[in-house]
Amino acid sequence: MLLRHTPTEIKERKALTVNPAKTCQPIGAMYASLGIHGCLPHSHGSQGCYAYHRSALTRHFKEPVAAATSAFTEGASVFGGQANLLQSIDNIFTVYNPDVIAVHTTCLSETIGDDIPQIVAKARADGKAPAGKYIIHANTPSYVGSHVTGYSNMVKAMVDYFSTSTGAKTKAVNLIPGFVEPSDMAEIQRIAEVMGVPYIMFPDTSKVLNGPLTGKYKMFPDGGTTIEDLHMTGDSKGTIALGRTCTMAAARALDSKCKVPCEILDLPIGLQGTDEFVDKLRLMAGVNVPDVLNLERGQLVDCISDWHQYLYGKRVGVVGDPDQVLALTRFLVSLDMKPVHIVSGSPAGKKYVKALEEVVADIGEEVNIKVPGDMLLFHQWIKNDPVDLIIGNTYCKYIAKDEDIPFVRHGFPIYDRMGHSYFSTMGYRGAMRLMEQILGVLMDRQDRDATDITMELVM
Amino acid sequence: MAEAAKDLSTEKVTLDNLDPEEVKARIMAKYPPKVARKRSKQFVINKVGEDGKTPVINANVRTVPGLMGQRGCCYAGCKGVVLGPTRDIINITHGPIGCGFYSWLTRRNQTDPESTPDGHNFMTYCFSTDMQDEEIIFGGEKKLKQAIQEAYDNFKPKAIAVFSTCPVGLIGDDVHSVCREMKEKLGINVFGFSCEGYKGVSQSAGHHIANNGIFKHVVGLDDTIKEGKYRINLLGEYNIGGDAFEIERIFDKCGITQVATYSGNSSIDAFANSHTADLNCIMCHRSINYVAEMMETKFGVPWIKVNFIGAHATAKSLRKIAQYFGEQELIDKVEEVIAEELPEVEAACAEVRPRTEGKRAMLFVGGSRAHHYQELFGELGMKTLSAGYEFGHRDDYEGRKVLPDIKVDADSRNIEELTIEKDPERFNPRISEERKAELEKAGFAFNDYDGMMPEMPDGAMVIDDLSQWETDQLIKIFKPDLFCAGIKEKYTVQKHGIPLKQLHSYDYGGPYAGFKGAINFYHEIDRMVNSRVWEYMKAPWDKNPELAATYACD
Repeated sequence: MLLRHTPTEIKERKALTVNPAKTCQPIGAMYASLGIHGCLPHSHGSQGCYAYHRSALTRHFKEPVAAATSAFTEGASVFGGQANLLQSIDNIFTVYNPDVIAVHTTCLSETIGDDIPQIVAKARADGKAPAGKYIIHANTPSYVGSHVTGYSNMVKAMVDYFSTSTGAKTKAVNLIPGFVEPSDMAEIQRIAEVMGVPYIMFPDTSKVLNGPLTGKYKMFPDGGTTIEDLHMTGDSKGTIALGRTCTMAAARALDSKCKVPCEILDLPIGLQGTDEFVDKLRLMAGVNVPDVLNLERGQLVDCISDWHQYLYGKRVGVVGDPDQVLALTRFLVSLDMKPVHIVSGSPAGKKYVKALEEVVADIGEEVNIKVPGDMLLFHQWIKNDPVDLIIGNTYCKYIAKDEDIPFVRHGFPIYDRMGHSYFSTMGYRGAMRLMEQILGVLMDRQDRDATDITMELVM
Repeated sequence: MAEAAKDLSTEKVTLDNLDPEEVKARIMAKYPPKVARKRSKQFVINKVGEDGKTPVINANVRTVPGLMGQRGCCYAGCKGVVLGPTRDIINITHGPIGCGFYSWLTRRNQTDPESTPDGHNFMTYCFSTDMQDEEIIFGGEKKLKQAIQEAYDNFKPKAIAVFSTCPVGLIGDDVHSVCREMKEKLGINVFGFSCEGYKGVSQSAGHHIANNGIFKHVVGLDDTIKEGKYRINLLGEYNIGGDAFEIERIFDKCGITQVATYSGNSSIDAFANSHTADLNCIMCHRSINYVAEMMETKFGVPWIKVNFIGAHATAKSLRKIAQYFGEQELIDKVEEVIAEELPEVEAACAEVRPRTEGKRAMLFVGGSRAHHYQELFGELGMKTLSAGYEFGHRDDYEGRKVLPDIKVDADSRNIEELTIEKDPERFNPRISEERKAELEKAGFAFNDYDGMMPEMPDGAMVIDDLSQWETDQLIKIFKPDLFCAGIKEKYTVQKHGIPLKQLHSYDYGGPYAGFKGAINFYHEIDRMVNSRVWEYMKAPWDKNPELAATYACD
């Protein structure tokens, strides 16, 4: 047994987190920064932070993750990290020459109270930041929220630093994706494109964290939202933000800064989630939904009807980030599946829990929900009340193997499978892919458990 | 004689038909002057003089902010590297959630819980106090205490260790007093480490702190003498991909008993008992020499440097162990095992070698692997153009002979040096002074490590704490056939069209130690340097870019 010590008896824990379903803010900020074209994320803390974040992101994406660090020593921790950050800025512009440095803080620099704008102002005054180069920052203390909070804070920083309003509105719609895969960002853009909607997506990690192998390493890959586009977000006619915990802060900031009205939606996972997105985008942009999307929608509905018997009534455990968990749960319920154990590792507020409760209100079973919770509790629930399927990140495979339960990887991190960064689980086509994955593991299980007599050729 | 020496010193060295000094100057030219001065001292062209003397390299010095290197932090060295692979303790990370999360199962230390009677294994779990802003403001000791209690209530472990992350040191939580209190209360061993990430200049500080902690709180708690005639500890072997299992297989075959491994496949019970071994064998000198030194001073256990990476290095290390014990029975048995194991290894090598001969490698990893793996590349007929450590010290490069010359700077001075004295009852010199002298006269080296540089050719570039810029330049200038580093560098290098072998995680393969490991490595390197994938980067239309057009009348 991999998790041989997990007690079946659930005792309340107040101080000890075991097997977290979240990590800390800075990695989310680093990920978001990678979605700006020509940007080098910078971790203002000790070098372990950036080493861990780069490692985790690299393991997940199997791609280069360039980022720098202030490399605090004990001295810097006592006297402040100004000298380190100044030196870092100088070195980065001299050696690597990005267009933007996106500084995020850490628990270390937050605890000592380093003032990033003041340090950046000094760097400018000292001539260490060349004209035309940008240094933006987000405060991302690791002891508040989680990686999704860090993502949210850095996306909001993009608005704070770049969005400007010239007074002349464009036809573009801002699309702010949550902490999702590059493939998801690409799929959301594709939907806007087939609808003929001009858009600015920020951040945009597609073609950054799923880039090609050409024999030429580019520290700053072709993808990412350009500075020019970021400036122009203030002139867009509206914003659609996808996934509340990750994008609401930026969307609201853009509204109050540049009067760009926003719609804040769930992630477009599954039929209803995608319907809402397409509908809002259609109305905001004033376009009709093209045949191609109607075809995709129809295909998804067709698939649901074709395969419903294998999904109906199946009990599911879902663990992950709040936006994903909510959207996935809604999708599962729409397939007549029963999400019975639900954990979000990140805190997401009372409204969020209420929304989740509403989604599962009619499934006809008691549902365990814990926000924030951890994977030990999730495992304990499963031990006490088994499920037919687990959906979560790679760490769930230890639970899935011990309890012999079919498992679909979704969310962050996925360290052990190919696909997530190339094939989206969003939009109608993404929903079909997700169904394919779910059906694959459920039906593999049926085949595995079938006897010589009950084996089915056609399913 | 003097003239000959002069000639030698002016002789122009080349590296891969290039002038390494010129290459170095080119790479340094990009840096701001102050940075260039600093990096130049960490970027050395090798030249081995008489008695293995090499140029001085600056190492274990502060990372230059903004350059992007490979290093991690003190916490990573302490919790991640040294204590992480010990399966039967609950390791609680005291701090915000990230540090515990990132060090959760990511280092591939295999372990076999069935090899200890209680079967405890907490390595698949991540325990954290998940510190919140309220603890940053009001202190985290109360939460830590409660977390230790909850760990005990839920899991009943025999020991709990606590690892401090950056903010813990800053807000002044006294983890050690909390641990003492909880040890008393729970009646199990509870101990803490002040391994805040900002300490020292790399993981290395964390190794030292971990060594100190284990020595202070665990080593010597159990005096039971384990059965076995030739009883050793293997130090600095972390069982990545099952390396320690392969080494153990060989030891078993030779009749050598392992009392403890630090710390691959390890158990805290074995640490407690490890001072009863008769010899400490060190693999990774950097991460673990401290425990060996302290064990020798306190208990009289001598230590030697060994290397089980490479089939011939393995044979050499086994012979060294046998020579130490000096029993003909063991010497014969070791020879018998080597004779039995080597043919298969040599056959595998001979099969692969025509495809690897002459290929050029670069290795930048760890504090010993960049040295040890040169052995295996040598067996494959491959050349090491350049190598360096992530967190090594001068002695790992130049050998322990330079120890007296190393200046202790402020960052190292902050790491506690334990004062160890002879244990009045338990100190027991394992070999007599006469026997030791006799062995040394025969060329046997105790407490010694020659380092990486004396074994590298003149002209090779030895680079400490390699930066991203330097990596890119080395690749562009030399186009090596293989680059060895870690996960952060992996895809950066591969985007250049050059394979990167991870020598931390082995790219999820292995084992590479010992005899069977060598065979695995030969096949893996053959796969990597001869993969077809590197031919696919250009599409046919890029290779033959003649214009395609249609006639207007079509």
